[in-house]
This record gives sequence, structure tokens and C-alpha cells, in this order.
Amino acid sequence: MTNNDVSQGGFAEAGADLELVGISKRFPGFTAIEELDLTIPAGSFFALLGPSGCGKTTTLRLIAGLEEPTTGRILIGGRDVTATKAYQRPVNTVFQSYALFPNMTIMENVAFGLKRRGIKNADSLAHEALQLVELDHLAGRKPKQLSGGQQQRVALARAVVNRPALLLLDEPLGALDLKLRRQMQVELKDIQSEVGLTFLHVTHDQEEAMTMADTVAVMNKGRIEQMGAPQDLYELPQTAFVAKFLGQSNLFTGDVVTTAKSSIVVDAHGTRIEVPTDRAQRHNGRITVGVRPEKVTLHDSAPKADSSRNVIGPGRITDVSFSGVSTQYEVTVPHHGAISVFAQNTSISSLHHDGDQVWLSWSVGHTFGLADEAEGEPVSRFHADLDTSMIAVQSRKDLEAELEEA
Amino acid sequence: MRGFGKWGIWIYSGMAFVFLLIPIVYTIVFSFNDYRRTNIIWTGFTFDNWLNVCDAQDVCQSFGNSLFIGLVATVLATTLGTMIAIALVRYRFRFRNATTLLIFLPMATPEVVLGAGLAAQFLQAGVSKGLWTIILAHTLFCLSFVIVTVRARVASLDPALEEAGRDLYGNPFQVFWRVTFPMLLPGIVAAALLSFALSFDDFIITNFNRGAEVTFPSYVYTAAARGIPAEANVIASAVFFLAIALVLIAQVSAAARRRQLAKAG
Repeated sequence: MTNNDVSQGGFAEAGADLELVGISKRFPGFTAIEELDLTIPAGSFFALLGPSGCGKTTTLRLIAGLEEPTTGRILIGGRDVTATKAYQRPVNTVFQSYALFPNMTIMENVAFGLKRRGIKNADSLAHEALQLVELDHLAGRKPKQLSGGQQQRVALARAVVNRPALLLLDEPLGALDLKLRRQMQVELKDIQSEVGLTFLHVTHDQEEAMTMADTVAVMNKGRIEQMGAPQDLYELPQTAFVAKFLGQSNLFTGDVVTTAKSSIVVDAHGTRIEVPTDRAQRHNGRITVGVRPEKVTLHDSAPKADSSRNVIGPGRITDVSFSGVSTQYEVTVPHHGAISVFAQNTSISSLHHDGDQVWLSWSVGHTFGLADEAEGEPVSRFHADLDTSMIAVQSRKDLEAELEEA
Repeated sequence: MRGFGKWGIWIYSGMAFVFLLIPIVYTIVFSFNDYRRTNIIWTGFTFDNWLNVCDAQDVCQSFGNSLFIGLVATVLATTLGTMIAIALVRYRFRFRNATTLLIFLPMATPEVVLGAGLAAQFLQAGVSKGLWTIILAHTLFCLSFVIVTVRARVASLDPALEEAGRDLYGNPFQVFWRVTFPMLLPGIVAAALLSFALSFDDFIITNFNRGAEVTFPSYVYTAAARGIPAEANVIASAVFFLAIALVLIAQVSAAARRRQLAKAG
């Protein structure tokens, strides 16, 4: 679109910064967001990643103005919008269920926001937006006549056409099959760089977050655990939750026995594991350290002592799953439980078998030290929680039960 | 035994249809009767009754009253009922369950009780009975049916649609008229049709509260004593044909829409 179009009717010239200051949100009976401070710079593609019930959807709804925060302020482009209503905010949402108006045509759906704001050439702008998602030829149809992927693109066009300062995406790819998802991920990314808006993408799919976003914030139980570029998050997780939720990790807990200038040594059940000081969040007491499965190498015999590598073993291979490009091994080591190893299938002969005795080693530089201790599987931590949409579903069920009784 | 079973179903269903249809056919046929004093014996075919419906005293007057009462009561009951239905589904307030129960009460109460009770209230309050007391009474009992019909529709409405409306710069007024209302419309239309049919038909409650006003059902009831004029048959037949025509139009247009959808999809 040309600048001329953008300047008419108060379109945002570019994306705007989003700032959340001291946000908390309590619902009757539970706290969705504890204390949230977050700044998303203009023009970035930001992903809020977390399991269901972590408060990410609530965060999105607070920004959209569909919920009011219990405390805190929301600023868009430096302007405080906390007290404004949803229809007064320069923010648009692509809803998880798409929420296309079933009684209107695709064209009317896309032009809805423009017409509400009294923009003159609403129809031609809507056609341009539909061309962007390659659906202009279906402008006269009703949403029901479109496939899931097409509806998703219409929902995107309906939001993007308004040139909001901030575009919110609420798991918009969740309902699509894998192939369509990949395709839409690429398209979304293209559209974002084309129109230059600030995107805030909420998802529970870590792969989606990592491939699409410039910055990922991992959220758990109403707070942000860690935030950064996808690669930084993956290579240097700071908490056990991040280490387990974003990819896989092998974690070991033990006491710090030696502290040197460049590295510290942890004694985990008699095994010495060395961590570079700058890759550890804590440097004394009982700490948890870890390594990613693809960084670990298998050995048939005890490897030669090497100060630059951590060694664990011997253990036995208890599971082998071959997936073409790589093989995943489960190695059970006494006191340490099951350790995962990903090995690239670079040579045929190096394949290990179920029941083989092996040693494991990895470079000290690949070890990371966490700020908290690993406690069980992170999966069990969010079963008890409910996210807002589940609360909505629940209250609806209560209501229906009530109606039936009456 | 098999022979009887084979014929029995035909005889049984044939008789059921005959019993159902005879009064309607009788009404239609006798609307063409060239009657003198009473419209009981067939004396010859004529179009006069259809051409000069309003010649018989009070027939058109009472029909007009029934139409007016039906329309006003429908508009009032549908508007109020829709608002109440939305409130009952969307908002949590004290005594919500009690309110729900109260709304069902008029449906469960015998009409005689409702009619007599209202008549006593009007007498007590010193309101003179007339068209407006009938309208008030009809609005009251139609309201329950409207609420029940529309509430089901509100409960099945996806709240995300209204949120999308708000998100897309629609103020509360615009969101209601452009998103909520069109989605509720089928329920509201059904409720309005039901209201009109109930109001147009009602005899018992009306009879208690009509004063000197005459509605079509009460006219027919009174006229029956001395012989119903054929003009009443004309109106009854016309209403019957109108209802059939409306149903047919709805069916045909729905089928056409389905075909169009199938073709486009």
C-alpha cells in the first residue's frame, strides 16, 4: 500500500512500542497474571510462549482491551490506554476461532473495521488486503463456504487491513494441519515484514515460536520465566521450566564442590560436572546443571580423561528410535536416570544398539547452570490451572446446566 | 391377520386425516355458501361473501381489532423479551434464578386463572377495560414464550464474535446492531411469529379483559349462538391460506438458498 493510503483516516504509520507496567490480573478464585513487566519494541515479531493456563491468552486480552487489569498500566506508543475500551485502541486481534461474522460476506468482514472508523475508500483497501492473502476472488462468499486455512487468512486480512499499531495473534494456527501450518507460518512472517507492524503472537507451540519470532518470552504460571532471541533461550535456558519446555534437556542436580574463576564443578551423585561460570545462574550451594541431547556424544569404552569434556558412565541403552536424519537414544545411568542423546546419522557403522554399555560425554562449554532446581516433570505443574477460555467454557456449562434445571 | 394389518394402517391414517381436515374443509366450503339467515345448510355457490366480507356486522371490525392487538402485543413482547433473554444469559445478578422461575410461571398457569386474576387487578386499579387491557394481557403471556425462544439463541452465540466486533472499532451500539442482532434474528423472528399466533388465537384471557371490545375469536364465539355468518368463514379461510402460503414461501426460499450455497461451495 502507498503512503497516501496510510495517512488517511488515522492509520498507524508503523508499528508502535507496547509497554506493560506492573500488570496483574486476578479472577475470582485464581490469579492469571502475577506481576508482569514487558516492553515490545516497534516493528518486532514477539512470541509469548507457554503451556495452556500460563496466562498468555489473558495477557493478550488485556492488551486488546477485552479484559481489565487488576493493577498496572498498558502503554501503546507511549500513550496510556489502560482506561480505554477495546474499540478505542489501535490494536487488532486474530482470534483463535477466527470469529468471522457468519452473516457477512468475506468482503464485508474485512471492511468491517474500516467502515466503523468511517474510512472513505474502505472497499478498495479491503480488496488490497484480500489480495495480500490471495483471497480476493472469494470476496463475495460467506465464511462458512471457506476452508479452515482460507478462513484463517481472512481473519488475518480483517485485522491487518486496519494497519493497527499492534497486531495480536491468539494461536491462530492451532486449528490447521501441519502442512498448512508451515505454509501459514511463512506467509505470516512475509506479511509482517511487508507491512512492518508490531506482531504479538501467543502460542503453546515452541517450534512455531522459535521459527517465527525475533524475541520469545516463555511464560509460566502468570509470570515470564525468560525472554530473549530464540537461539539464546535454547542454548542458555535459565530455569528448569524453560530447559524442559523449550526443546529437551538432561538435568543433573548436585552441590558445588569447586569454584574457580572461569568454571565451577558440581558433584552429582559422584559424577563431576563442570560448568563455565558465565553460563551458570548460581555459583554455590545445591544447583541444577544441564545439557541439550544433541550436544552429547556416545562412546563404546570409557573416553580418555579430557578437562574440556564432562563424562558420565557407564550406562546402558534402554531405547533406540531411528528417525532418518538422526537417532534418539535413551541411556539409563545408575543414580542419574534416563539421559537422552540425539546423534546425527553421519556414518552407518556408528549405530549403537539396545542394551549396549556406553559412556556419555559433552563439551564443558555446552553445559548450563539453572537458577532453580529441577522438580519432577514440568508438565504436571500446570494441570491444575485453567486459562481464560476454559473459564469461559466452564461458566457457560454452568449456565447451560442452570437453564436445563429451570 | 396380515390382511387386516395391511388395511388397518390405511384406514387408521385415512380416518385421522379426515377428522383433522373436515372442519377446515367445511369452513372453506361454507365460505362460498349463498346463505340466507344461518350458514348451516348448503343453499348454493357464490363469491359474494368473499367480495363483500365487511357487509356482515362486526366481522371486519373484530378482525381489525385482533390484528391490531396481535401486532402491538408482538412488538412489545418481542422487544422486551429479547432484552430480558440477553440479560438472563449474559449477566449474573441477584435473584437471577428466581427471575427465571417467574418468567416460566405464566406458561404454566391455567389461562382461566391468568385471565380472571388480571381482570380482578384491572378492576382493583380502576382501569377501564378495552383494547389496551387486552394488549397488556397478551404482552404478558407472550413475553414468556419470547424469552424462552430467544434465550436459546443467545446461549448458542459465540462470545468471540462480539469481541471481534469490539476489537474492530465497533462501539457497543454498533456491535449490537451489526453483530449480535443479525445473529439473534432467526430466534427473534420465530418468537415474534409465535407471539402473533398466540395473541391472534387467544380467547379465554381476552374474554376476561376485553370490556366492550370484540376480537375475532370472541366475535365467532358470540356469533355461534345465532349462526356464524359466512363472512367469518371467509376470514378464517383467508388466514388459513395466508399461513400455508407463508410456510411454502419459507420452504422454497430455504431450498433455493441451499442450492445456491451448494453451487458456490
